Amino acid sequence: MTEQLPGPYEKIDLKKKDKDMLKKRYKQIKYEVGEAVGVIAAQSISEPATQTTLRAYHSEGRTQLVTTKGLPRLIELFDARKIPKTPTMEIYLDKEHNNKEDARKIAAKIKETKLKHILKEDSIDLINLRIELVPDSTLLQNLDITTESIITLIKKSIKHINISCENEVIMIEIAQDKKPDFTISDLQSIRVRARNLFTKGIKGIEQAIVECENNQWIIKTLGSNLKRVLKMPGIDASRITSNNIFEVAKVLGIEAARNAIIKETITTMREQGVDTDVRHLLLVADAMTNDGTIQAIGRYGLAGQKSSVLSRANFEETVKHLTNAASGGEIDPLESVIENIIIGNIAPIGTGMIKLKVKD
Amino acid sequence: MTEIYLDGIYTGKCDNAEELVQSLKEKRRNNVLPAQMNIAYHEDKNEIQLNLDGGRVRRPLIVIENGTPKLTDEMVKDIKEGKLTWSDIIDRHIIEYLDAEEEENAYVAISKESLTKEHTHLEIDPVLILGVAASLLAYPEKDRGDRLNYGSRMIVQSTGIYLHNYLLRDDTTSHLLIHSQRPITSSQTTNATGLATHPTGQNLIIAIMPYYSYNIEDSIVINKSSLERGLGRSLFIRTYITESRRYWGGQEDEIGIPDPEVRGYKSEEKYSMLEEDGIIPPETKVKDTDVLVGKTSPLRFLGIQKEIRMGIKDRRENSLTVTKGEECIVEKVILTSTKDGNTLVKVSVREPKIPEIGDKFASRHGQKGVIGLIVPEEDMPFTKDGITPDIIINPHAIPSRMTVGQLLEIVAGKKGSLEGKEQDSTAFKGNADEIRHELKKLGFRDDGKERLYNGITGEIIDAPILIGMGYYQRLYHMVSHKIHSRSRGPVALLTKQPTEGRSKEGGLRFGEMEKDCIIAHGAAVVLKERFSSDKTQIPICKECGITAIQDKIKNKMYCPLCKGSKIVNVDMSYAFKLLLDELRSMLIYPQIVTED
Repeated sequence: MTEQLPGPYEKIDLKKKDKDMLKKRYKQIKYEVGEAVGVIAAQSISEPATQTTLRAYHSEGRTQLVTTKGLPRLIELFDARKIPKTPTMEIYLDKEHNNKEDARKIAAKIKETKLKHILKEDSIDLINLRIELVPDSTLLQNLDITTESIITLIKKSIKHINISCENEVIMIEIAQDKKPDFTISDLQSIRVRARNLFTKGIKGIEQAIVECENNQWIIKTLGSNLKRVLKMPGIDASRITSNNIFEVAKVLGIEAARNAIIKETITTMREQGVDTDVRHLLLVADAMTNDGTIQAIGRYGLAGQKSSVLSRANFEETVKHLTNAASGGEIDPLESVIENIIIGNIAPIGTGMIKLKVKD
Repeated sequence: MTEIYLDGIYTGKCDNAEELVQSLKEKRRNNVLPAQMNIAYHEDKNEIQLNLDGGRVRRPLIVIENGTPKLTDEMVKDIKEGKLTWSDIIDRHIIEYLDAEEEENAYVAISKESLTKEHTHLEIDPVLILGVAASLLAYPEKDRGDRLNYGSRMIVQSTGIYLHNYLLRDDTTSHLLIHSQRPITSSQTTNATGLATHPTGQNLIIAIMPYYSYNIEDSIVINKSSLERGLGRSLFIRTYITESRRYWGGQEDEIGIPDPEVRGYKSEEKYSMLEEDGIIPPETKVKDTDVLVGKTSPLRFLGIQKEIRMGIKDRRENSLTVTKGEECIVEKVILTSTKDGNTLVKVSVREPKIPEIGDKFASRHGQKGVIGLIVPEEDMPFTKDGITPDIIINPHAIPSRMTVGQLLEIVAGKKGSLEGKEQDSTAFKGNADEIRHELKKLGFRDDGKERLYNGITGEIIDAPILIGMGYYQRLYHMVSHKIHSRSRGPVALLTKQPTEGRSKEGGLRFGEMEKDCIIAHGAAVVLKERFSSDKTQIPICKECGITAIQDKIKNKMYCPLCKGSKIVNVDMSYAFKLLLDELRSMLIYPQIVTED
């Protein structure tokens, strides 16, 4: 321990008595050589996790986002799923936009709108063989969309059609050159495609809810798209968070992803009333991210990449690892714990770390 | 349009569903439609389900017309006099059966008093809302629901008179309570279900108080003199079966006292109880590993020539022996033959089981516990009349579980034992105030509490203690069947690791998670010791890394591959040696690199 206190505490002048106390405490909380930190971390996380309920808590009918919580969420995090079950974002606003109206406006802008969301009516006219779309005029006004823009959007994305507009009714017909070999089902598929056309907002964000916490307006979203949201004006880019770890790693880098793992795991556990020391989660997050990518804890992640053959075979897919090792002529140096237990040696952990060298 | 389904198959549509359902029900009641038909109208799904198929669970309910039940008091009187039968009532649709689906449309009143105009049916008796199992309990309406569930489940585990022809039966195992009694607080269903003639326990004097912390954590303190008088005494009956089989090549098993030259011959003493035919006679006292039926079988494999020449018979001993740790008396012997014509011997043995510390008891309120201490009667607390309790349960068992029914059972049982009358504890029929009043009339405190004197010091106990009579069951979980320990013992042939299970005198598995705990403590040497139950030494060639050959006659070791003699002995677990062998069998060549 250095004499000086780190970072923000640098200028604090401490009495000698307090300094000694600090030193003593620091020594107490330090791990000793050979301490099985990994096993302790695993036990500290998984034992309380068995106590929490397996069932996700339901909160239907509330203006609240229903997110994955508890054990399922914890499993999702440690398995490093590419896309979480319920990706969410918390978007903070900058000083000028920190009010209800601006928050609502931004939320409306963020939310993904498909064509079907703004349609009052859509049907297939079987006599004239055309699709008729009737947009909701009040919704159009609210979202600042014009009928013309819808027409250009449809024209751009669906080919071989003729499009016309009459009394706010958009009519889609099959182009003349394609007419001979077309059926009703083609018309139906065009209708489905048109309905799902992306019209406005940010892709992937299904819901955006405005909430106020400690005089701070926050937009909570269901669905996550950091890259696009970061470019939005009015938001505070330094405080925006997403629970999609892979997205965070891609947009903000692996260090941010490490922090996201720690934050997500600790909040998930605290929510369930599990009070685990953060350092265990720090260790797990470090292990998951230390090669620059996010690795899962399991067969295809950390456990599958252990150097020892016996160690890998002990975990899962025994035959696969043994045959691969045999064909590759692998040598197991017996350096870790499991292999030594298998062959019946003293494992290099705790008291087993000490080796005696006899002087001749 | 409402869809109509008959036995789950779509049959048609109708416009006015409610009218149709009403008319269908009327037709059923007028014997136009079969009485087995149940009509259910699901408003939410907009469909009518007509059920006529078998396998539906249906229950009887009194039909109500215009707010009055069809079953009148005169009819009840006629039934009592035997003028009216159940089938008459069913035929006249006074009582009708509803299935689970139609029940959803019915509005059933629990009692006559709560009847309103909206009700469509009336419960025959409020008890019927409970199932058979729950209605056997005492005052079930005063207990929490989960406790009733536990209580019903524990009746199943009780020792008692499970069937009256137990002497003729040959169940593999069975328990019989010797002095079984019918409960002093019993419900009306007790008689109906036959539980009165098949009792599951005994009426005991219960005191609810702590006893020098020997009844903490749900354990119970039991009176030694009560045990000597026969409290909870039961018989454990086990039937052993053996058959003389025929084998390939004309060989067969032989039942009889084995020849001393047979392989695996036990000591002569073990066979001393057998009669000439090799079968033990009834009423013989036997203990573990004693032979019940002597039997020899042909060898499984052909033996080595040498042994045959030495005069040892080529038959092996295969007698029927008593299970380890049991001491019993032969009850009966059945000698018969199977349909293949093989001789079949069944030997029933009985073992009297006197309650001991660790045996399990339970009341009918989900309150179970094991015996924590057996106290001589003189040390038990006593009342001014000199009554000592049979068992003492801990007051901590009551508040969190809220089994008020048990307290009422004790008080009612006290009243019943003083009056010499059985008490009715049917659901919704008990009246606590009445019981209290009656108890007071008998000259006792109305809450069933009494001043007790400490049996050891003779001092009066400060607090009044609830003492009364309740029904207690002895459950068939007994320590003598579960106690198990091992220091050294048998190992499995394949792995050289300790065997598993009580019957094989096995060890307790030190599993994966336990291993992790030792790792977390950093106790590497403890870990090694724990996992070296199958430690072996294997000679390994230093150059090839393969298992070497040990020639004991020439007293030298050599490598089968390079024929070299640079051999070292390597310590490893036998399981690892097996793994290496298995890899070798799959044409994988695992090399062991040795250090200097």
